[in-house]
Amino acid sequence: MTPPSPAIGVLALQGAFEVHARRLAELGADASLVRKPGQLAALDALVIPGGESTTFLKHLERAGFYGVLNEFVHSKPVFGTCAGCILLAREVTNPHQSSLGALDIAVERNAYGRQNDSTILSAETALPGGPLEMVFIRSPRITRISDSIQVLAKRGDSPVLVRQGQILASTFHPELSHDPRVHQLFLNIVRSAMP
Amino acid sequence: MKENNGFGKQHDSSTGLRLKTGLAEMLKGGVIMDVMNVAQARIAEEAGAVAVMALERVPAMIRAEGGVARMASPRLIKEIMEVCTIPVMAKARIGHFAEAQVLQSLGVDFIDESEVLTPADEQHHIDKHAFTTPFVCGAKNLGEALRRISEGAAMIRTKGEPGTGDVVHAVTHMRTIVREIKALTALRGDELYAAAKNLQAPYELVRMVAEAGKLPVPNFSAGGIATPADASLMMQLGAETIFVGSGIFMKEGGTPLDIEKNDEERKEAISRARAIVLATLHYDDPKIVAEASEAVIGSMKGLAAAAIEEKNLMQTRGW
Repeated sequence: MTPPSPAIGVLALQGAFEVHARRLAELGADASLVRKPGQLAALDALVIPGGESTTFLKHLERAGFYGVLNEFVHSKPVFGTCAGCILLAREVTNPHQSSLGALDIAVERNAYGRQNDSTILSAETALPGGPLEMVFIRSPRITRISDSIQVLAKRGDSPVLVRQGQILASTFHPELSHDPRVHQLFLNIVRSAMP
Repeated sequence: MKENNGFGKQHDSSTGLRLKTGLAEMLKGGVIMDVMNVAQARIAEEAGAVAVMALERVPAMIRAEGGVARMASPRLIKEIMEVCTIPVMAKARIGHFAEAQVLQSLGVDFIDESEVLTPADEQHHIDKHAFTTPFVCGAKNLGEALRRISEGAAMIRTKGEPGTGDVVHAVTHMRTIVREIKALTALRGDELYAAAKNLQAPYELVRMVAEAGKLPVPNFSAGGIATPADASLMMQLGAETIFVGSGIFMKEGGTPLDIEKNDEERKEAISRARAIVLATLHYDDPKIVAEASEAVIGSMKGLAAAAIEEKNLMQTRGW
């Protein structure tokens, strides 16, 4: 018997939501776009994509979205990439801004410079299957992690893919690479959290 | 093939293009706002813009004042980059690759090779493959969009008719591009060669569009978008992000709202900026577009595009 497809939402306030949804669907998830707080209740898990975190915050201030999302990320599996990682962090600098605090890390925004400093790197990670391509776009940097954080990939000394229980976060964009391993890992987390 | 931007950094061209379209991907579903100073940039970011376009004069002022419109002063661009955490774009004149080199050296996140400025070359657009910084270019139809993409553009926007507050030409251009893409998908493979000839675009790109049913780079909309309902209209017609130029900070003709000294006019600018951002996100929910429209105080007076003489149109610049 095939297990039921997990219902995974992609927060679609703005940003790279389409590519995430496509990848999740390819891997067998029931993917949907989330633009309103009422849509969260039916989901098993959520992806918070890259985009502009300040824009996300503006939208979340409306219609009680922030509170509902805050409850969701503290109880269900969540995967945040780039701006999504910033939103999940406990502390955000450069400049300071509010965040959901579900992931015990500190993040510095635009830490590697502007678009001209965006880059694609390839490195060995904790994921089996050889080097992983990592696309960094105006990327943030994880500057502090707590003991409860598992580091799955690094760029120099800085963690770039981290996990804390059922929360996964990357400062790079796995949705812009063909390699499905990071999304597959998230699906495994989601499946094991399902009743 | 290697590209060298002159700053000691090299990408092969496919890596470069992926990083460029990658940033465009991050801007989807948002609003990019023209700003002429730091105070406007702060309002744009505060209202939820995904990027700002730094320029000396918005299209409505260029239209009203005339003269040669050029790249903005590096001083202004740097000031705006200093206060914004969101990406900062700036415009170079069509074909003016030296202005583009200057913008790249300043570190702007996107360069708009724009018909809003006075063209510097009547024949050639900038070779955008030669830059690390991504480019956005305007287009009126599919052939023009594909010519710009073949030159290295990482984002296409409709041209519309800038500085008018009249959305009619943005609609025409978006409908044309979408219709021409659909028509390609219905052709047999052996018919694509003639299609490429008719579109005056490279065959390889024509084939990609025919197979994918969409442009190989994000497709945004600009030119005359002035209200929340305009933004909703363009998103429903297929735009992936909205550029708003004169619609937020202008009142009549070439006069900007006084956001520094006049509190009422400042509130007006903020209300317009917020409303467009909200309507772009919920473009398919008329109730929220209505709510956004209701929150707007005042609007740019605008200029009917049909009243502009052919020779004064900006959209016919470039080919």
